[in-house]
Amino acid sequence: MRATTMETLPLLSVDNLKTYFFQDEGTVKAVDGAGFDVFPGKTLGIVGESGCGKSVTTMSILRLIEKPGRIVAGRVVLRLANGKEVDLTSLHPDGEEIRSIRGAEIGLVFQEPMTSFSPVHTIGDQLTEAIRLHSKANKREAHALGIEALRNVGIPNPERRIDQYSFQMSGGLRQRAMIAVALSCNPRLLIADEPTTALDVTTQAQILDLMRDLQNKKGMAIMLITHNLGVIAEMADDVVVMYLGRVVEKGPVDAIFHNPKHPYTRALLDSIPNINAQTRVKLPTITGSIPHPYARPRGCPFYPRCPRFMPGTCDKEEPVLTSVGDRQEASCFLYQEGRDR
Amino acid sequence: MVAYIIRRLLYAVLTIWSISVLAFVIIHLPSGDYVTSYIASMSASGSAVSEGEAQALREQLGLDQSIYVQYFKWIGLILQGNFGMAMEWGRPVLDVIGDRLALTIVISLAAIVFTWALALPIGIFSAVHRYSLLDYIFTFVGFIGLAVPGFMLALLVMYFGYSWFGLNVGGLFSPEFAEAPWSIAKVWDLITHLPVPAFVLGISGTAQMIRIMRSNLLDELRKPYVVSSRARGLAENRVIMKYPVRVAMNPFVSTIGYLLPYVVSGSIIVSLVLSLPTIGPLLLKALIAQDMFLAGSIVLLLGVMTVIGTFISDLLLMWIDPRIRLGRH
Amino acid sequence: MAEIERETETPAAEEKIAVATQWQLMWWRFRKHRLAMIGTVLLLFFYVIVIGADFLAYVDPNESEAQRSLMAPQPIHWMDQGRFAPYVHPLKGIRDPKTFKRVYKPDLETKVPLKIIGHGYRYKFLGFIPSDLHLLSVEGAKPEETLFLLGTDLQGRDLWSRLMYGTQTSMTIGLVSVALSLFLGILLGGVSGFYGGGIDTVIQRIIEILRSIPTIPLWMGLAAALPGSWSVTQVYFAITIIISLVGWTELARVVRGRFISLRQEDFVMAAELLGCSQGRIIFRHMVPSFISHIIAATTLAIPAMIISETSLSFLGLGLRPPAISWGVLLQDAQNIQALAISPWLLISSVPVIIAVLAFNFMGDGLRDAADPYL
Repeated sequence: MRATTMETLPLLSVDNLKTYFFQDEGTVKAVDGAGFDVFPGKTLGIVGESGCGKSVTTMSILRLIEKPGRIVAGRVVLRLANGKEVDLTSLHPDGEEIRSIRGAEIGLVFQEPMTSFSPVHTIGDQLTEAIRLHSKANKREAHALGIEALRNVGIPNPERRIDQYSFQMSGGLRQRAMIAVALSCNPRLLIADEPTTALDVTTQAQILDLMRDLQNKKGMAIMLITHNLGVIAEMADDVVVMYLGRVVEKGPVDAIFHNPKHPYTRALLDSIPNINAQTRVKLPTITGSIPHPYARPRGCPFYPRCPRFMPGTCDKEEPVLTSVGDRQEASCFLYQEGRDR
Repeated sequence: MVAYIIRRLLYAVLTIWSISVLAFVIIHLPSGDYVTSYIASMSASGSAVSEGEAQALREQLGLDQSIYVQYFKWIGLILQGNFGMAMEWGRPVLDVIGDRLALTIVISLAAIVFTWALALPIGIFSAVHRYSLLDYIFTFVGFIGLAVPGFMLALLVMYFGYSWFGLNVGGLFSPEFAEAPWSIAKVWDLITHLPVPAFVLGISGTAQMIRIMRSNLLDELRKPYVVSSRARGLAENRVIMKYPVRVAMNPFVSTIGYLLPYVVSGSIIVSLVLSLPTIGPLLLKALIAQDMFLAGSIVLLLGVMTVIGTFISDLLLMWIDPRIRLGRH
Repeated sequence: MAEIERETETPAAEEKIAVATQWQLMWWRFRKHRLAMIGTVLLLFFYVIVIGADFLAYVDPNESEAQRSLMAPQPIHWMDQGRFAPYVHPLKGIRDPKTFKRVYKPDLETKVPLKIIGHGYRYKFLGFIPSDLHLLSVEGAKPEETLFLLGTDLQGRDLWSRLMYGTQTSMTIGLVSVALSLFLGILLGGVSGFYGGGIDTVIQRIIEILRSIPTIPLWMGLAAALPGSWSVTQVYFAITIIISLVGWTELARVVRGRFISLRQEDFVMAAELLGCSQGRIIFRHMVPSFISHIIAATTLAIPAMIISETSLSFLGLGLRPPAISWGVLLQDAQNIQALAISPWLLISSVPVIIAVLAFNFMGDGLRDAADPYL
């Protein structure tokens, strides 16, 4: 269900996206009906455990999924600057249209800055490549623009750094450079996939500050993928919680953190170690573990681990996203109409 | 970077020196010396050599002195550009080797060019289109190239050429050009005869390089920087050629150094089978006759060619891999 | 590239995998590799021949008879008038009208019945069990004059029997050479990698120098240096040593690389901190991590050794008659004119190709199975 209580229309709408991986041993439903909206100038946080489909979702948006994976259903609607809408799933994965969107409309920042840069090309080479792909700049102009881009992300001495290789920089500088490359063509949406996971805490804080700063300056939307609830709390305006390829809860960040409705969200929040918690008490965890992708349970994917499991209901059918508050939705039979509470 | 070059240069010199010692030792391993085998071949053809004559011959050739003295004399001469006399031929070694060495180099280079021109594109294609029909075909052909030793391939090629086409595919020149002085026509004749030896020599190196390139590229294709470049909007074939291929080339280039000795070595046996007038048959005869100057010079020259090849490949590697250039390993 | 992380298998499978040893895991992975399994089966087949060469041959391989020179292969006829009764045609000596020499041709009128498992020339199985049983024999005639499954060579020696013995020699030389290379490689590579520093530099330089020497001239030189008076066995072992002299460098490099990367692993430091002796660290902790790689590298090194021996013997510099190997057998094929009329002389190239392919397939499978990151 789409939230349209605000005047602005979503920049990116993901609707019932399904991406499956067809392998010899079976089919992995990496994303199984995910849907959410990203609004201009706002930050959407996608949170979940490893394997819940967060990264596959972002890859699907930019059509970067490779064999044996394939988008089997759903739509990803991008609203362009001129108001036109384009369904990214309908584009050819290597066609001109999607390529003009990659980098120019949507920028992508990866988790591992070290391996996201080619070890044998300079930072500048890769930076100016992006610039020249999406604009009419010649080599000299692109070079100057590149230096500016590096300066904007807070890299000192960008004239020197632009000709360096990724291995000559520290982790923090590399990630800044990665952000510079992603933003070099002024995209309206920045997708950041675990951008701070590989960094130490201090650098993490700096990078997050940088991203927020850039968002304010350029008015761009951010889609932040992470498993770190602390980062979400700090950065996100809206949150999407994913489990086993599906959205189990979504809503404004305050609602999610202070009033979680889905048992999984509750359990996630409970398992965060709290400095004020009682000492010498076992840390709460979520019982069980993520089921094998080939052995998904029938019905609600979370029921084997759910403390509110209702036999006869949760293991029969799959729940759908139901409204549980102001712009908050959860996919759980506890809230679904027509079922016993 | 300069330190790297200098170090490599020093190693090259050290290696060449070691090869010279080894070459010398090997030539002198069989008991007896040139004079003994000379005497043996003389008596086999009916004439006898007296004790005095043998001694005189020894003195003349300097074979009566200790082995250390002989070695230093030999090295001294070589450094002055004098490779000595080929005892059996009675002519300076350089004369005897000259043409043949040039031809060996020509054939080796032809084989190397053939190898590269084939292995690189096929390797890239196989990696990018893994598990396709063509990939399987190339892999199969690659295995054949790997499993069939050069001389065997030469034998098979000669056999089929002879029995199916009535051709004698051996030799590097048509009969009328064999002894003729060099001319444009002779060069062209050489070129038309090159494909078969280049193919035979190159095919197993090609097979190996295809496998290396394919597996290197497969490793790189999975890496994040490839996806990263795609996410910037780069077209697919540019993504492949600009990034993973460049990175996969590095270990590939480092194998160039060993390609030259490999081909030169391989060419020896293939030359014997295909009757190519190169170094190989000459070396064999020289070893059997214990012709020290000839055999030693050939082994030394082959070794030098090898070391040069390795050195060039080191330089190439340094040039294309910034990680080595800028001092990080 | 986003990848799905598979957290768990089904509970039963998970149990099995959790308690499986390293070797079981390798075996399961290896089994899936079809080409590798085919290669292994082929190799087993070859080594059956190695052990049973005497049994599989039917004629003394060194028995020559000039008048039987260069005979074409004679097929076995399996059906005799509708019944399963294998037979062959014997030879008939006729006087060639042009040269007046006695020439042997197959006599198409007479049939000599073939016996599966019969008696023939005497030999010692495994070197000490006397026997005269052979796979094939004929009734009422001598095998030398009737059986020519693969034809004969220039000296009239039966090629099938020679091929059996040639297989025995060539396949074992490869093993012995590789064992030597393995020993040298592990020793020097291990020392180089584990201790590092000066000794590493020295050994590395030696390896570089050896690798830069063109191998064929080196071998030619060394082989030409072998005195002609040496016995067959002495030459055999000398050749294996010569071949492994350069072969060990590759294995040493692999071992050294592994030691260097393992030296920095945390578990090695943990073992040191626990107080383990160096020997214990090396053999109990480090070696199991890479032994599978070593096995794979070794398997892949064998075909090179086989090809080396074959090449050297082909040149006349390796094994010499009366020793029989694939290379020795191929010497006869050097003359292109003789080859044109007797192409069966090339027959020993077939097992070379198959053996090399089989080793490569098996080695590839082992290497894939041993790599924990694939």
